Amino acid sequence: MHQFTIEPVVPFQFAGYDLSFTNSAAWMLVTAVVLTIFVAGGLRRELVPGRWQMAVETFTGFIDNMLEANIGKEGRKYVPYVFSLFMFILLANLLGLLPLGVVGIHPFTFTSHFTVTGVLAAISFGIVLVVGFWKHGFHFFSLFVPHGTPAVMVPLIFLIELFSFMIRPFSLALRLFVAMMAGHVLLKVLSGFVINGANAGLGIGALVGLPSFALMIAISALEILVAGIQAYVFALLTSLYINDAEHLH
Amino acid sequence: MPQIAQLAQTYASQIFWLLIFFGAVYFIVGRGMVPKVLATVEARENQIAADLAAAEAARAAADADEAAWRARENANRAAAQAIIAKAKAEAAAAREARLAAAQAKIDARLAEAEAAIAAARDSALAEIEDVAVEAAQDIVRRLAGAKVTKTAARAAVKEALAHV
Repeated sequence: MHQFTIEPVVPFQFAGYDLSFTNSAAWMLVTAVVLTIFVAGGLRRELVPGRWQMAVETFTGFIDNMLEANIGKEGRKYVPYVFSLFMFILLANLLGLLPLGVVGIHPFTFTSHFTVTGVLAAISFGIVLVVGFWKHGFHFFSLFVPHGTPAVMVPLIFLIELFSFMIRPFSLALRLFVAMMAGHVLLKVLSGFVINGANAGLGIGALVGLPSFALMIAISALEILVAGIQAYVFALLTSLYINDAEHLH
Repeated sequence: MPQIAQLAQTYASQIFWLLIFFGAVYFIVGRGMVPKVLATVEARENQIAADLAAAEAARAAADADEAAWRARENANRAAAQAIIAKAKAEAAAAREARLAAAQAKIDARLAEAEAAIAAARDSALAEIEDVAVEAAQDIVRRLAGAKVTKTAARAAVKEALAHV
Protein backbone atom coordinates (compact mmCIF):
# COMPACT_ATOMS: atom_id res chain seq x y z
CA MET A 1 0.00 0.00 0.00
CA HIS A 2 3.06 2.21 0.23
CA GLN A 3 2.75 2.94 -3.48
CA PHE A 4 -0.51 4.82 -2.81
CA THR A 5 0.93 6.96 -0.05
CA ILE A 6 0.92 10.67 -0.69
CA GLU A 7 4.10 12.39 0.42
CA PRO A 8 4.53 16.13 0.47
CA VAL A 9 7.34 17.39 -1.74
CA VAL A 10 6.93 21.11 -1.19
CA PRO A 11 4.85 21.86 1.93
CA PHE A 12 2.45 24.73 1.36
CA GLN A 13 -0.38 25.96 3.58
CA PHE A 14 -3.04 28.36 2.47
CA ALA A 15 -6.05 29.65 4.38
CA GLY A 16 -5.87 26.76 6.78
CA TYR A 17 -5.78 24.17 4.01
CA ASP A 18 -2.82 21.93 3.34
CA LEU A 19 -2.11 22.55 -0.34
CA SER A 20 1.33 20.95 -0.34
CA PHE A 21 2.83 20.01 -3.66
CA THR A 22 2.88 16.23 -3.27
CA ASN A 23 4.18 13.31 -5.28
CA SER A 24 0.60 13.00 -6.55
CA ALA A 25 0.65 16.59 -7.77
CA ALA A 26 4.07 15.98 -9.30
CA TRP A 27 2.68 13.13 -11.40
CA MET A 28 -0.28 15.29 -12.39
CA LEU A 29 2.29 17.83 -13.57
CA VAL A 30 4.21 15.13 -15.47
CA THR A 31 0.96 13.92 -17.05
CA ALA A 32 -0.04 17.43 -18.05
CA VAL A 33 3.41 18.15 -19.51
CA VAL A 34 3.60 14.86 -21.42
CA LEU A 35 0.09 15.38 -22.78
CA THR A 36 0.88 18.95 -23.82
CA ILE A 37 4.09 17.85 -25.56
CA PHE A 38 2.27 14.99 -27.27
CA VAL A 39 -0.52 17.16 -28.67
CA ALA A 40 1.82 20.06 -29.45
CA GLY A 41 3.89 17.66 -31.56
CA GLY A 42 0.82 17.03 -33.67
CA LEU A 43 0.20 20.74 -34.28
CA ARG A 44 2.34 21.01 -37.39
CA ARG A 45 -0.89 21.24 -39.40
CA GLU A 46 0.57 19.60 -42.47
CA LEU A 47 -1.72 18.48 -45.26
CA VAL A 48 0.11 15.17 -45.41
CA PRO A 49 0.64 14.27 -41.75
CA GLY A 50 3.79 12.75 -40.34
CA ARG A 51 3.75 9.93 -37.82
CA TRP A 52 3.37 12.12 -34.76
CA GLN A 53 0.68 14.31 -36.28
CA MET A 54 -1.08 11.15 -37.46
CA ALA A 55 -1.01 9.76 -33.90
CA VAL A 56 -2.48 12.95 -32.41
CA GLU A 57 -5.12 13.14 -35.13
CA THR A 58 -6.03 9.51 -34.45
CA PHE A 59 -6.77 10.39 -30.81
CA THR A 60 -8.71 13.57 -31.56
CA GLY A 61 -10.57 11.76 -34.33
CA PHE A 62 -11.38 8.92 -31.93
CA ILE A 63 -12.93 11.31 -29.39
CA ASP A 64 -14.60 13.33 -32.13
CA ASN A 65 -16.21 10.20 -33.59
CA MET A 66 -17.26 8.95 -30.19
CA LEU A 67 -19.03 12.22 -29.38
CA GLU A 68 -20.54 12.41 -32.85
CA ALA A 69 -21.87 8.86 -32.51
CA ASN A 70 -23.25 9.32 -28.99
CA ILE A 71 -24.43 12.92 -28.99
CA GLY A 72 -24.58 13.95 -32.65
CA LYS A 73 -23.64 17.31 -34.10
CA GLU A 74 -23.91 19.06 -30.72
CA GLY A 75 -21.22 16.70 -29.45
CA ARG A 76 -18.45 18.64 -31.17
CA LYS A 77 -18.40 21.38 -28.55
CA TYR A 78 -17.55 18.81 -25.87
CA VAL A 79 -14.52 17.51 -27.75
CA PRO A 80 -12.04 19.72 -25.83
CA TYR A 81 -13.33 18.55 -22.45
CA VAL A 82 -13.76 14.85 -23.26
CA PHE A 83 -10.42 14.76 -25.08
CA SER A 84 -8.65 16.37 -22.11
CA LEU A 85 -10.41 13.97 -19.74
CA PHE A 86 -9.65 10.87 -21.78
CA MET A 87 -6.01 11.71 -22.48
CA PHE A 88 -5.37 12.90 -18.92
CA ILE A 89 -6.72 9.67 -17.42
CA LEU A 90 -5.07 7.49 -20.07
CA LEU A 91 -1.64 9.06 -19.59
CA ALA A 92 -1.99 9.05 -15.80
CA ASN A 93 -2.81 5.32 -15.90
CA LEU A 94 0.02 4.51 -18.31
CA LEU A 95 2.63 6.69 -16.59
CA GLY A 96 1.72 5.04 -13.28
CA LEU A 97 2.51 1.67 -14.85
CA LEU A 98 5.98 2.64 -16.03
CA PRO A 99 8.67 0.47 -14.41
CA LEU A 100 10.55 3.52 -13.15
CA GLY A 101 11.23 1.81 -9.82
CA VAL A 102 14.32 0.24 -11.37
CA VAL A 103 15.91 3.71 -11.66
CA GLY A 104 14.77 4.75 -8.19
CA ILE A 105 11.77 6.88 -9.13
CA HIS A 106 8.50 5.75 -7.63
CA PRO A 107 5.65 6.07 -10.08
CA PHE A 108 2.45 7.29 -8.55
CA THR A 109 -0.88 6.57 -10.18
CA PHE A 110 -3.05 9.44 -9.05
CA THR A 111 -6.09 7.87 -10.72
CA SER A 112 -5.95 5.27 -7.94
CA HIS A 113 -7.14 7.96 -5.52
CA PHE A 114 -10.84 8.59 -5.28
CA THR A 115 -10.19 12.20 -4.36
CA VAL A 116 -8.89 12.61 -7.91
CA THR A 117 -11.37 10.41 -9.76
CA GLY A 118 -14.13 11.94 -7.63
CA VAL A 119 -13.23 15.46 -8.77
CA LEU A 120 -13.12 14.36 -12.42
CA ALA A 121 -16.49 12.60 -12.04
CA ALA A 122 -17.91 15.65 -10.27
CA ILE A 123 -16.77 17.88 -13.16
CA SER A 124 -18.44 15.53 -15.69
CA PHE A 125 -21.59 15.36 -13.60
CA GLY A 126 -21.54 19.12 -13.15
CA ILE A 127 -21.38 19.60 -16.91
CA VAL A 128 -24.35 17.25 -17.30
CA LEU A 129 -26.38 19.22 -14.73
CA VAL A 130 -25.46 22.62 -16.14
CA VAL A 131 -26.13 21.61 -19.74
CA GLY A 132 -29.36 19.83 -18.82
CA PHE A 133 -30.86 22.69 -16.84
CA TRP A 134 -29.48 25.30 -19.25
CA LYS A 135 -31.03 23.64 -22.31
CA HIS A 136 -34.24 22.24 -20.85
CA GLY A 137 -34.88 24.10 -17.59
CA PHE A 138 -37.16 22.19 -15.24
CA HIS A 139 -38.18 20.04 -18.18
CA PHE A 140 -34.86 18.28 -17.47
CA PHE A 141 -36.69 16.36 -14.72
CA SER A 142 -38.63 14.52 -17.43
CA LEU A 143 -35.38 12.54 -17.81
CA PHE A 144 -36.50 10.67 -14.69
CA VAL A 145 -39.89 9.69 -16.13
CA PRO A 146 -39.49 7.44 -19.16
CA HIS A 147 -42.11 7.64 -21.89
CA GLY A 148 -45.16 5.43 -21.38
CA THR A 149 -44.86 5.18 -17.61
CA PRO A 150 -48.32 4.57 -16.08
CA ALA A 151 -49.43 7.54 -13.98
CA VAL A 152 -49.59 5.40 -10.83
CA MET A 153 -45.96 4.41 -11.25
CA VAL A 154 -44.63 7.89 -11.92
CA PRO A 155 -43.58 8.80 -8.32
CA LEU A 156 -41.83 5.47 -7.80
CA ILE A 157 -40.13 5.48 -11.20
CA PHE A 158 -39.11 9.10 -10.62
CA LEU A 159 -37.39 8.17 -7.38
CA ILE A 160 -35.66 5.16 -8.90
CA GLU A 161 -34.47 7.12 -11.94
CA LEU A 162 -33.38 10.03 -9.76
CA PHE A 163 -31.41 7.66 -7.58
CA SER A 164 -29.75 5.99 -10.58
CA PHE A 165 -28.96 9.46 -11.92
CA MET A 166 -27.46 10.66 -8.65
CA ILE A 167 -25.37 7.51 -8.31
CA ARG A 168 -23.64 8.23 -11.63
CA PRO A 169 -20.76 10.39 -10.35
CA PHE A 170 -20.00 7.83 -7.66
CA SER A 171 -19.98 4.88 -10.04
CA LEU A 172 -17.89 6.92 -12.48
CA ALA A 173 -15.33 7.82 -9.81
CA LEU A 174 -15.24 4.45 -8.03
CA ARG A 175 -14.92 2.39 -11.24
CA LEU A 176 -11.69 4.09 -12.27
CA PHE A 177 -10.27 4.27 -8.74
CA VAL A 178 -11.02 0.61 -8.01
CA ALA A 179 -9.75 -0.66 -11.35
CA MET A 180 -6.44 1.18 -11.05
CA MET A 181 -5.93 0.32 -7.42
CA ALA A 182 -6.84 -3.35 -7.87
CA GLY A 183 -4.37 -3.74 -10.72
CA HIS A 184 -1.54 -2.17 -8.78
CA VAL A 185 -2.32 -4.16 -5.66
CA LEU A 186 -2.41 -7.37 -7.68
CA LEU A 187 0.98 -6.61 -9.20
CA LYS A 188 2.31 -5.73 -5.76
CA VAL A 189 1.03 -9.02 -4.28
CA LEU A 190 2.54 -11.06 -7.11
CA SER A 191 5.89 -9.28 -6.87
CA GLY A 192 5.74 -9.96 -3.10
CA PHE A 193 5.34 -13.66 -3.91
CA VAL A 194 8.41 -13.51 -6.14
CA ILE A 195 10.58 -11.71 -3.56
CA ASN A 196 9.45 -13.69 -0.53
CA GLY A 197 9.66 -16.96 -2.47
CA ALA A 198 13.21 -16.18 -3.52
CA ASN A 199 14.14 -15.29 0.07
CA ALA A 200 12.70 -18.61 1.33
CA GLY A 201 15.09 -20.68 -0.74
CA LEU A 202 15.88 -21.85 -4.23
CA GLY A 203 13.26 -24.59 -4.44
CA ILE A 204 10.35 -22.53 -3.17
CA GLY A 205 11.63 -19.56 -5.12
CA ALA A 206 11.43 -21.54 -8.36
CA LEU A 207 8.12 -23.15 -7.43
CA VAL A 208 6.35 -19.94 -6.38
CA GLY A 209 8.43 -17.21 -7.96
CA LEU A 210 8.49 -18.34 -11.56
CA PRO A 211 4.70 -18.83 -12.00
CA SER A 212 4.10 -15.58 -10.16
CA PHE A 213 6.57 -13.80 -12.38
CA ALA A 214 4.94 -15.24 -15.52
CA LEU A 215 1.56 -14.15 -14.19
CA MET A 216 2.96 -10.68 -13.47
CA ILE A 217 3.98 -10.31 -17.09
CA ALA A 218 0.49 -11.26 -18.21
CA ILE A 219 -1.16 -9.02 -15.59
CA SER A 220 1.08 -6.13 -16.64
CA ALA A 221 -0.14 -6.54 -20.21
CA LEU A 222 -3.69 -6.69 -18.88
CA GLU A 223 -3.08 -3.54 -16.83
CA ILE A 224 -1.99 -1.66 -19.94
CA LEU A 225 -5.27 -2.75 -21.52
CA VAL A 226 -7.20 -1.74 -18.39
CA ALA A 227 -5.48 1.66 -18.42
CA GLY A 228 -6.89 2.28 -21.89
CA ILE A 229 -10.27 0.72 -21.20
CA GLN A 230 -10.88 2.67 -17.99
CA ALA A 231 -9.98 5.96 -19.67
CA TYR A 232 -12.28 5.00 -22.55
CA VAL A 233 -15.11 3.98 -20.22
CA PHE A 234 -14.81 7.23 -18.28
CA ALA A 235 -14.93 9.28 -21.48
CA LEU A 236 -17.67 7.14 -23.01
CA LEU A 237 -19.93 7.35 -19.96
CA THR A 238 -19.32 11.09 -19.73
CA SER A 239 -20.41 11.44 -23.35
CA LEU A 240 -23.48 9.27 -22.75
CA TYR A 241 -24.46 11.36 -19.73
CA ILE A 242 -23.95 14.55 -21.72
CA ASN A 243 -26.17 13.04 -24.40
CA ASP A 244 -28.91 12.61 -21.78
CA ALA A 245 -28.53 16.25 -20.88
CA GLU A 246 -28.56 17.36 -24.51
CA HIS A 247 -31.44 15.24 -25.73
CA LEU A 248 -33.19 13.98 -22.55
CA HIS A 249 -34.40 10.66 -23.99
CA MET B 1 -5.36 2.10 2.59
CA PRO B 2 -3.67 5.49 2.23
CA GLN B 3 -6.56 6.77 0.11
CA ILE B 4 -8.75 6.71 3.22
CA ALA B 5 -6.12 7.01 5.92
CA GLN B 6 -4.68 10.17 4.40
CA LEU B 7 -7.99 11.54 3.20
CA ALA B 8 -8.34 14.28 5.78
CA GLN B 9 -4.84 15.61 5.38
CA THR B 10 -4.51 15.33 1.58
CA TYR B 11 -7.92 15.95 0.03
CA ALA B 12 -7.39 19.71 -0.25
CA SER B 13 -4.01 19.32 -1.91
CA GLN B 14 -5.30 16.61 -4.27
CA ILE B 15 -8.30 18.65 -5.38
CA PHE B 16 -6.30 21.88 -5.62
CA TRP B 17 -3.50 20.51 -7.78
CA LEU B 18 -5.84 18.36 -9.87
CA LEU B 19 -7.93 21.42 -10.69
CA ILE B 20 -4.80 23.37 -11.56
CA PHE B 21 -3.22 20.73 -13.79
CA PHE B 22 -6.40 19.37 -15.32
CA GLY B 23 -7.56 22.94 -15.87
CA ALA B 24 -4.26 23.72 -17.55
CA VAL B 25 -4.66 20.65 -19.75
CA TYR B 26 -8.23 21.63 -20.58
CA PHE B 27 -7.44 25.20 -21.51
CA ILE B 28 -4.02 24.70 -23.17
CA VAL B 29 -4.52 21.33 -24.85
CA GLY B 30 -8.29 20.88 -25.06
CA ARG B 31 -9.27 24.45 -25.95
CA GLY B 32 -6.01 25.64 -27.47
CA MET B 33 -4.65 22.75 -29.50
CA VAL B 34 -7.40 20.22 -30.16
CA PRO B 35 -9.57 22.58 -32.26
CA LYS B 36 -6.52 23.31 -34.43
CA VAL B 37 -5.87 19.60 -34.89
CA LEU B 38 -9.52 19.01 -35.74
CA ALA B 39 -9.46 21.98 -38.12
CA THR B 40 -6.40 20.50 -39.84
CA VAL B 41 -8.18 17.17 -40.24
CA GLU B 42 -11.27 18.90 -41.56
CA ALA B 43 -9.23 21.04 -43.95
CA ARG B 44 -7.56 17.89 -45.25
CA GLU B 45 -10.90 16.16 -45.73
CA ASN B 46 -12.27 19.21 -47.53
CA GLN B 47 -9.15 19.37 -49.68
CA ILE B 48 -9.49 15.70 -50.59
CA ALA B 49 -13.18 16.12 -51.38
CA ALA B 50 -12.43 19.21 -53.49
CA ASP B 51 -9.61 17.43 -55.32
CA LEU B 52 -11.85 14.48 -56.02
CA ALA B 53 -14.59 16.78 -57.29
CA ALA B 54 -12.07 18.63 -59.49
CA ALA B 55 -10.79 15.34 -60.88
CA GLU B 56 -14.35 14.23 -61.53
CA ALA B 57 -15.12 17.51 -63.31
CA ALA B 58 -11.91 17.24 -65.34
CA ARG B 59 -12.85 13.72 -66.37
CA ALA B 60 -16.33 14.85 -67.39
CA ALA B 61 -14.78 17.70 -69.40
CA ALA B 62 -12.36 15.28 -71.05
CA ASP B 63 -15.26 12.97 -71.90
CA ALA B 64 -17.20 15.89 -73.39
CA ASP B 65 -14.12 16.99 -75.36
CA GLU B 66 -13.64 13.50 -76.66
CA ALA B 67 -17.29 13.24 -77.68
CA ALA B 68 -17.09 16.60 -79.45
CA TRP B 69 -13.85 15.59 -81.16
CA ARG B 70 -15.42 12.31 -82.21
CA ALA B 71 -18.45 14.10 -83.65
CA ARG B 72 -16.22 16.57 -85.48
CA GLU B 73 -14.06 13.74 -86.73
CA ASN B 74 -17.09 11.83 -87.96
CA ALA B 75 -18.40 14.94 -89.72
CA ASN B 76 -14.98 15.55 -91.32
CA ARG B 77 -14.78 11.96 -92.44
CA ALA B 78 -18.29 12.10 -93.89
CA ALA B 79 -17.40 15.34 -95.69
CA ALA B 80 -14.22 13.79 -97.07
CA GLN B 81 -16.16 10.73 -98.22
CA ALA B 82 -18.69 12.99 -99.92
CA ILE B 83 -15.92 14.93 -101.70
CA ILE B 84 -14.27 11.72 -102.85
CA ALA B 85 -17.59 10.31 -104.07
CA LYS B 86 -18.37 13.54 -105.90
CA ALA B 87 -14.93 13.63 -107.51
CA LYS B 88 -15.32 9.99 -108.50
CA ALA B 89 -18.74 10.65 -110.01
CA GLU B 90 -17.44 13.71 -111.86
CA ALA B 91 -14.44 11.83 -113.17
CA ALA B 92 -16.68 8.97 -114.27
CA ALA B 93 -19.05 11.35 -116.03
CA ALA B 94 -16.17 13.15 -117.76
CA ARG B 95 -14.72 9.83 -118.86
CA GLU B 96 -18.08 8.70 -120.19
CA ALA B 97 -18.44 11.96 -122.11
CA ARG B 98 -14.92 11.70 -123.54
CA LEU B 99 -15.45 8.08 -124.44
CA ALA B 100 -18.76 8.90 -126.11
CA ALA B 101 -17.16 11.75 -128.09
CA ALA B 102 -14.27 9.55 -129.17
CA GLN B 103 -16.71 6.78 -130.14
CA ALA B 104 -18.76 9.24 -132.12
CA LYS B 105 -15.63 10.46 -133.94
CA ILE B 106 -14.53 6.92 -134.62
CA ASP B 107 -18.03 6.01 -135.85
CA ALA B 108 -18.01 9.04 -138.14
CA ARG B 109 -14.60 8.11 -139.50
CA LEU B 110 -15.70 4.54 -140.00
CA ALA B 111 -18.85 5.61 -141.80
CA GLU B 112 -16.80 7.96 -143.96
CA ALA B 113 -14.30 5.27 -144.75
CA GLU B 114 -17.06 2.77 -145.52
CA ALA B 115 -18.72 5.30 -147.77
CA ALA B 116 -15.43 5.95 -149.53
CA ILE B 117 -14.84 2.22 -149.89
CA ALA B 118 -18.36 1.76 -151.27
CA ALA B 119 -17.89 4.63 -153.70
CA ALA B 120 -14.53 3.29 -154.80
CA ARG B 121 -16.01 -0.17 -155.31
CA ASP B 122 -18.95 1.27 -157.22
CA SER B 123 -16.68 3.30 -159.44
CA ALA B 124 -14.41 0.32 -159.85
CA LEU B 125 -17.39 -1.85 -160.73
CA ALA B 126 -18.59 0.76 -163.22
CA GLU B 127 -15.15 0.89 -164.77
CA ILE B 128 -15.04 -2.89 -164.93
CA GLU B 129 -18.44 -2.82 -166.67
CA ASP B 130 -17.23 -0.25 -169.20
CA VAL B 131 -14.07 -2.24 -169.78
CA ALA B 132 -16.12 -5.45 -170.07
CA VAL B 133 -18.56 -3.80 -172.49
CA GLU B 134 -15.72 -2.60 -174.68
CA ALA B 135 -14.04 -5.90 -174.42
CA ALA B 136 -17.27 -7.70 -175.28
CA GLN B 137 -17.85 -5.45 -178.30
CA ASP B 138 -14.29 -5.99 -179.35
CA ILE B 139 -14.46 -9.76 -178.85
CA VAL B 140 -17.74 -10.00 -180.72
CA ARG B 141 -16.46 -7.84 -183.59
CA ARG B 142 -13.28 -9.80 -183.91
CA LEU B 143 -14.80 -13.21 -183.59
CA ALA B 144 -18.10 -12.79 -185.37
CA GLY B 145 -17.39 -9.62 -187.25
CA ALA B 146 -20.64 -8.33 -185.99
CA LYS B 147 -21.08 -5.06 -184.61
CA VAL B 148 -22.84 -4.96 -181.26
CA THR B 149 -24.26 -1.81 -179.97
CA LYS B 150 -22.96 -0.50 -176.80
CA THR B 151 -26.38 -0.81 -175.17
CA ALA B 152 -26.73 -4.47 -176.08
CA ALA B 153 -23.21 -5.18 -174.94
CA ARG B 154 -23.88 -3.47 -171.67
CA ALA B 155 -27.03 -5.45 -171.08
CA ALA B 156 -25.18 -8.67 -171.77
CA VAL B 157 -22.31 -7.71 -169.50
CA LYS B 158 -24.71 -6.75 -166.79
CA GLU B 159 -26.44 -10.09 -167.08
CA ALA B 160 -23.12 -11.92 -167.06
CA LEU B 161 -21.82 -9.92 -164.12
CA ALA B 162 -24.96 -10.58 -162.20
CA HIS B 163 -24.06 -14.26 -162.32
CA VAL B 164 -20.58 -13.73 -161.01
